[in-house]
Amino acid sequence: MALAKITSVSGRGVYVPGNDIDTDRIIPARFMKCVVFDGLGEFLFYDVRHTPEGVPTGHPIDKPEHKGATILLSGANFGCGSSREHAPQAIHKAGFRAVIAENFAEIFFGNSTTLGIPCVQAAREDIAKVAAAIEKNPALEVTVDVAALEVRYGHDKIKITQRESARDALVNGRWDAIGDLIDGLPAAQATAAKLPYMSAA
Amino acid sequence: MSAQPKSLFEKVWDAHTVRTLANGQTQLLIGTHLIHEVTSPQAFGMLRDLGLKVAFPHRTFATVDHIVPTNELVEPYKDNLAQAMMDELRKNCAQFGVTFFDRASGKQGIVHIVGPEQGITQPGTTIACGDSHTSTHGAFGAIAFGIGTSQVRDVLATQTMALGALKVRRIEVNGKLRAGVYAKDVILHIIRLTGVNGGTGFAYEYAGSTFDAFTMEERMTVCNMSIEGGARVGYVNPDETTFAYLKGRPYSPTGAAWDEAVTRWKSFASDTGCRYDDIMVIDAADIAPSVTWGINPGQGISITENIPSPETATSDDDRAGIIEALEYMKLPAGKPIKGVKINVAFLGSCTNGRLSDFQEVAKYIKGRKVAPGVRAIAVPGSQIVALQCENLGLDKILAEAGFEWRAAGCSMCLAMNPDKLIGDELCASSSNRNFKGRQGSITGRTVLMSPVMVAAAAVTGVVSDAREVFAVTNN
Repeated sequence: MALAKITSVSGRGVYVPGNDIDTDRIIPARFMKCVVFDGLGEFLFYDVRHTPEGVPTGHPIDKPEHKGATILLSGANFGCGSSREHAPQAIHKAGFRAVIAENFAEIFFGNSTTLGIPCVQAAREDIAKVAAAIEKNPALEVTVDVAALEVRYGHDKIKITQRESARDALVNGRWDAIGDLIDGLPAAQATAAKLPYMSAA
Repeated sequence: MSAQPKSLFEKVWDAHTVRTLANGQTQLLIGTHLIHEVTSPQAFGMLRDLGLKVAFPHRTFATVDHIVPTNELVEPYKDNLAQAMMDELRKNCAQFGVTFFDRASGKQGIVHIVGPEQGITQPGTTIACGDSHTSTHGAFGAIAFGIGTSQVRDVLATQTMALGALKVRRIEVNGKLRAGVYAKDVILHIIRLTGVNGGTGFAYEYAGSTFDAFTMEERMTVCNMSIEGGARVGYVNPDETTFAYLKGRPYSPTGAAWDEAVTRWKSFASDTGCRYDDIMVIDAADIAPSVTWGINPGQGISITENIPSPETATSDDDRAGIIEALEYMKLPAGKPIKGVKINVAFLGSCTNGRLSDFQEVAKYIKGRKVAPGVRAIAVPGSQIVALQCENLGLDKILAEAGFEWRAAGCSMCLAMNPDKLIGDELCASSSNRNFKGRQGSITGRTVLMSPVMVAAAAVTGVVSDAREVFAVTNN
């Protein structure tokens, strides 16, 4: 299974401020009543983007100047809570191809990487600098360079970090492990044969 | 051969390691795969797209919990989306040869309650489920991971997944809990200390005399909420309490195989002198009945404390967090949490929906009445829990007090079924998350607490100290 090598992602950015943005907030549970992931994009951050009456609140991702943005910026512990892959699926289907945050919750990070969405960490001050530059010029091109571990915007750049296993998987086109795992199936069967409970019905 | 002392996490990890992948991650064998209707349909769809089979169908077990209505037993359900998910799971299990604990089996329930009560959850095993509260199963000395749907696909197709090893933090709680303090308070206390992301990258080993004395149900309550502090995995070393719980369960080994299994299970317990990446020690006497006041499980206080105010913030982040939470929760800064009016009382969930939870509540609520204007529902975690409660007459005691006794499911913990808050109702809840909108209304408010504290709030109509409402004598 040949996967794209994701060495960098470029596009316009949008900053969604806040810490501990949980996956219930990213995609509320009621939108998970589905048997396919299609159509989740429009419900991204739905309850923050709308009042209880359904009136748009003017959320950053709905601002005309940020339409078409592909890089999402946020705060600390992004994606905490529920393990729902619906969250990164919604982010991806809404057009985002990378997330920059101070840090990420464990399960969200893994789910996103498996979908080929680089989640990269940056210092709060640096995220604020990029956010300010985007605020000033929403058309600014932002490049998340996973290979070089930096984000470039205009004439400036900031340093980013990423867990090495994820960085390696993205830049070498093995971010979805299924092919490798299938290759290892005979070895998995051998491991299972050594564990008595695996053969019990 | 005296090997290097190892933690349970390392031993289970090593025993299930298949090989190292090119990016340095481990291909880890997942002994037991639990699935439910919300996070599995897309995974089966991916399997079909790739033309793959389920590699170890006898090691995958399904049930339905998130979307099941708790007051509607006959299909088709009024909610046709819920019915569609039900049908899809049924179809997938039949087609791929997976055991399905459907409602007709009498064994259906919340996946994290079903696994243990069937004896499927066993020490020294690896478990995965597309649900973050999979950490619950760690109570048995298993390493249990909450996973996303692509990983559900991976486990279905190969019984393995790609993972990086976690660090291990030992959290030792020693001593006797004070009267009115429960396992729920222990984990709320821990999360308050670590914050909601203090556990990122760690597996938690819960230990100490408090855990040694805990029942399996109490251990499950604590392990269940590990993820609320950021830890994907939480476990307790297996001991006689574990084995006594498992003895005689449908999937537990029998005869000579039982004795062999117990010997093997014991060997997985952490060795004396093994290395931990971090150690945290807590005195049980420092733990009070706890409640949350904010919009994440780390925003908790003891029932006798005041709601934080922005002025008491310890950092800019903390201040912003307090302001955002108080605005959403519509709670007064600096005032006691005790006395805050509630609208709804919810008993249930994978955290606190087991027999002992309802027994403890029934003990105190017998002869009392839910306050006028409070909507109170009690939702057993599984059909078996429901039956156990009904055999003891607990359902009658709860119903006489004014709790609606419902059928098993996740219910109002995440409100994917019809059990929802309305408008900005405030719910005293025995569940695990108080995120904005979590209980089904985008302005709904959740205050997390132990089941007995929920009962106290239900009868008084306000957030209360159960020790004052009832003559609490536990512990």
